[in-house]
Amino acid sequence: MPDSHAIAESAHETAHQAGHEHPSYLRHHFESVEQQADATNFAMWLFLLTEVMFFGGLFTAYLIYRNWYYPAFVAASHQLSIPLGGFNTLLLITSSFTMAMGVWCAEMKKKSGLVLCLVLTLILGLGFLGVKTIEYSEKFEKHHVPSYHYSLNSFLNPDSDEAAKASGDKPMALDMARHTEVYFSLYFAMTGMHALHMIIGIAILGFMIFRAQAGAYTSGHVTFVENFGLYWHFVDIVWIFLFPLLYLISRH
Amino acid sequence: MNHISPTLWQFLVKWMTNFALFPPEASKIAPQMDALYFFMVLVSLIGLTVVILLVTSFSILYSKGRHPVAEQIEGSTLLEATWTIIPLGLFLVMFVWGALIYFRVFTPPANAMNIYVVGKQWMWKAEHPGGQHEINSLHVPTGRAVQLTLISQDVFHSFSIPAFRVKREAIPGRYTTVWFEATTPGTYHLFCTQYCGTEHSHMIGDIVVLTPEDYKKWLAESTSGASLAQNGERLFASLSCSACHNTRPDARGPSLANVYGAKLPLSSGGTVTADDAYLREAILNPSQHITQGYAPIMPTYQGQLSEEGVIALVEYIKNLNSDYRIQQTLNTTELLPESEGKAPAATQTPAAKGSASQGMVKQ
Amino acid sequence: MSTNTIISLPDQSTARVPKVNYLSKENGILSWLLTGDHKRIAILYLISLSFFFFIGGALAGLIRLELLTPQADLMATDTYNKVFTMHGVIMIFFFLVPSVPATLGNFLIPLMIGAKDLALPKINLLSWYLYMAGGILALYTMVTGGVDTGWTFTTPLSTHYVNTNVLTTGLAAFIAGFSSIFTGLNFIVTIHKMRAPGMTWFKLPLFVWAHYAASVLMVLATPVVAIAIVLVALERTIGIGVFDPTKGGDPLLFQHLFWFYSHPAVYIMILPGMGVISEVISTFSRKRVFGYTAVAFSSVAIAVFGFFVWAHHMFIMGISNYAVIVFSLLTMLVAVPSAIKIFNWAFTLYKGSITFETPMLYAFGFMGLFTIGGLTGVFLGVSGTDIHLTETYFIVAHFHFVMVGGMLMAFLAGIHFWWPKMTGRMYPEKISQMAAVVTFIGFNFTFFPQFILGTLGMPRRYASYPPEFQILNVFSTAGASILGVGYLLPVLYLVWSLKYGAVAGDNPWQATGLEWQTQSPPLTENFLKTPIMDHDVYDYEWLEAQKEKEVASAG
Repeated sequence: MPDSHAIAESAHETAHQAGHEHPSYLRHHFESVEQQADATNFAMWLFLLTEVMFFGGLFTAYLIYRNWYYPAFVAASHQLSIPLGGFNTLLLITSSFTMAMGVWCAEMKKKSGLVLCLVLTLILGLGFLGVKTIEYSEKFEKHHVPSYHYSLNSFLNPDSDEAAKASGDKPMALDMARHTEVYFSLYFAMTGMHALHMIIGIAILGFMIFRAQAGAYTSGHVTFVENFGLYWHFVDIVWIFLFPLLYLISRH
Repeated sequence: MNHISPTLWQFLVKWMTNFALFPPEASKIAPQMDALYFFMVLVSLIGLTVVILLVTSFSILYSKGRHPVAEQIEGSTLLEATWTIIPLGLFLVMFVWGALIYFRVFTPPANAMNIYVVGKQWMWKAEHPGGQHEINSLHVPTGRAVQLTLISQDVFHSFSIPAFRVKREAIPGRYTTVWFEATTPGTYHLFCTQYCGTEHSHMIGDIVVLTPEDYKKWLAESTSGASLAQNGERLFASLSCSACHNTRPDARGPSLANVYGAKLPLSSGGTVTADDAYLREAILNPSQHITQGYAPIMPTYQGQLSEEGVIALVEYIKNLNSDYRIQQTLNTTELLPESEGKAPAATQTPAAKGSASQGMVKQ
Repeated sequence: MSTNTIISLPDQSTARVPKVNYLSKENGILSWLLTGDHKRIAILYLISLSFFFFIGGALAGLIRLELLTPQADLMATDTYNKVFTMHGVIMIFFFLVPSVPATLGNFLIPLMIGAKDLALPKINLLSWYLYMAGGILALYTMVTGGVDTGWTFTTPLSTHYVNTNVLTTGLAAFIAGFSSIFTGLNFIVTIHKMRAPGMTWFKLPLFVWAHYAASVLMVLATPVVAIAIVLVALERTIGIGVFDPTKGGDPLLFQHLFWFYSHPAVYIMILPGMGVISEVISTFSRKRVFGYTAVAFSSVAIAVFGFFVWAHHMFIMGISNYAVIVFSLLTMLVAVPSAIKIFNWAFTLYKGSITFETPMLYAFGFMGLFTIGGLTGVFLGVSGTDIHLTETYFIVAHFHFVMVGGMLMAFLAGIHFWWPKMTGRMYPEKISQMAAVVTFIGFNFTFFPQFILGTLGMPRRYASYPPEFQILNVFSTAGASILGVGYLLPVLYLVWSLKYGAVAGDNPWQATGLEWQTQSPPLTENFLKTPIMDHDVYDYEWLEAQKEKEVASAG
């Protein structure tokens, strides 16, 4: 068998002689930039598919229990603040817009625009988490966090609870009131998983801002920004489903 | 035989005399299930033989020595259709046959006598309608359909009687049922087959199948003095259920006479058949199951009643149903000297009364 | 060349393993730990998988030793419970699920489709790190007290009734799950986007088709078990009530979520093995696979139907009788594609020119054992017989026939088959044929008695059992020791062959796949220039013509 080393060397040389200019970001195993972008985009969509299945399990659980314990779920949802939730929805939709603008800036090779958009997205994301913290702490104060100190007071005596009173809740039977704990279990599991995705997204945003300032995404290689944009929109869309299911259920 | 160690020899002899390929058939369903089982074994053996024959004969006929050059063949739609359709057909026959047996095992006949079984880490507790109480054993007569109503008070368990070919999981929070009709007297294995923690392999017991005469004797010997329904009645009184559930015209709750088995209209719309599972739910989660025309004022008894307590109440409510009472009388209650034609609680001593209901209520 | 073998090796007196290859390209431990080369990552997986396999195997040995006598005398019942739990966790999450895909799939998919690497090399390396993190966490769990829930983490047992390391074990499975998701995702992207010119979907080797189907399952099913594990962890730590019946939750929901993954998971485990068998049988009978399209689509059919049969694990758990009917029927349907595969493989032999090297022996073993395993699966899918047989040793025997008899045979067939490609050297033929036979005999001795035990009603997961079951358990334990020898032998002679094995040359089996048309071991970039797929898949006539051309040009 001929010496593979020699062949490898010569093949390498011929490839380079015959070859056109390779951009530095084209990884060695791809034939072309298009193939690389195509493959990574496809991978991102597949990853989002796994995320759909991940949240799908939670949504299934939510819909089953909502069907079983409807009155408890209605009363428990009255404990959530629509203004806060609505404001958060607004924050996220705006952040999706700034993210989309960021992708456009990257494609147009506008470095400062990209950095600005990413910073805005980051701030809006942090704002969302801040509001979520306010909402969570309120749940802690009212003992609506499922655990040993869980309190049924808001549902057994709605008159003692502002939110319940405002929604005109009637006192609930003890056995049904107990099932509000299932609602809050799912509320924390779902919004907690969503918030975890937000935190991961914000961490990546921070990293991206750092790199964007160095001009990494404005030299024509925008796949990373695009794919992160997909992720960010996906997290946004999950919230778009969570908000009506958790907050707006059966409001008049 | 001097060459073999006596221990090993004994072991082999013991094994040869005890060897079996399948457990005894001690219930009515067992031969039916075995028929399907052997049909499937037969089909599997034929299938396996076909595969082995094909592989070995092709290996011999077309080994490289005999057949040095392979002939390229694309495939054959006809052949492939054959081995798609024949297995599919066989599998469908097995499916239908199996489904028929499945429905038989999990659809108890109307006249079955009911025994309650509560699983807990790591024992089986059986409650007979006559008040007999067993742990890790179950006495049943031959020739009678016996329905088991199972529930677990902690984790998943599974009540398995190989000799009867029946098995059902005992699940926390809901009743499951299974039934059988024992045919051969004897003692058989009872296993917990769902992994349930440390002592899982010790959650075993005996199923004792007795002739009807022996069973009557056993019932009389092991009576605890009060039937399950009588325990339920005392519980019903001590929890003040009768304050609302009575026959007075101004009663706040529906009368429970003849409720069992009836179709009840619900205030949330629709109807529900009042079976064991419904009665249990109505005691523990009453506000979800309000009968039409009544206010949702019943408190929940979740956390106050043990599973045995709920069972006693359910049994009591069943006994308020005249048809059911007649049927139970035919089954077992006639065997109890106290219960004939008398008001159930009247003959009990106060001491028995107290101790019986205390065990049912969580302290 | 003798008449009963197809092995064609270069002249050993002059031949040497090519100096430049993926193994020799860089040296040092870091060049391995930071590699993006799919072949090196495959080797990393192979080493770590074997490590976990032997740990899982040692635990299996302990189980068999304990069951030698009816009493729980070798260890206490809770120790036994921990041993079988760790055996299940390690074998399923750290051996069976990644076994063929992570080693052979990783190594071969780019080679087979004519690509230079997987689409996402960094993600590929990340999956190996996740796998290792999960594995080390699982071992840590085992060392620091173990866990005794069974690998199924059944609630409420796992959430409220045991105080062992459920959280860390759950986390280990969760992390391993992400490793599996990323591997599957990588394969799908690679197969879609990285095929060489001319490599159409119907020219893909069946190995690639099988991995494609398995990857779809990995990507879609694994996240569901991830969320189930998260909910179990939340229930254990902060006491949420999603599965807790005392709070209004339903433990059956956990069963649904868990089996929604864990049933497809068995197809994740077996499909890649089926891919190996297709390649091996075709090569050693010198014929294209009988009914290529049927075999390819049967993999896809298994993946699709595999999603809709999960509740057949719950026939006696009190789900509705009508749900039982539907799931039982769908289970019958999923059995058919497996039958199609078996018969198509058998007819691939027809009018072939068959030789019996080690991979072929393992493949024959696979066909026999998988047929038994598959048919006994029908016993459990039929609702009536499932009542008697489920939760007994029958089910243990069934899934060991499929997983160990099927998957492990396929794994060993594949390792032997592609060993010359991976290392450039041949394994010793005689001793490996002997190991294959020993494995087959040991396997049947170990697991066949368990079918009878199960029919007799012996429950699974019992540390002690009624004495009349002893003799069959003694058989099983005796068989396990033979099986152990069968598994140790390959380790010894494969390591030996790394230095002393005959030099393999490019294509020792005269196989048609693209992976055989490059040097062994391949270059880091796999091919000197991008191959063009101008012939059909399994095209032995093309290969003959190719050889004649070479001889002519050399002359």
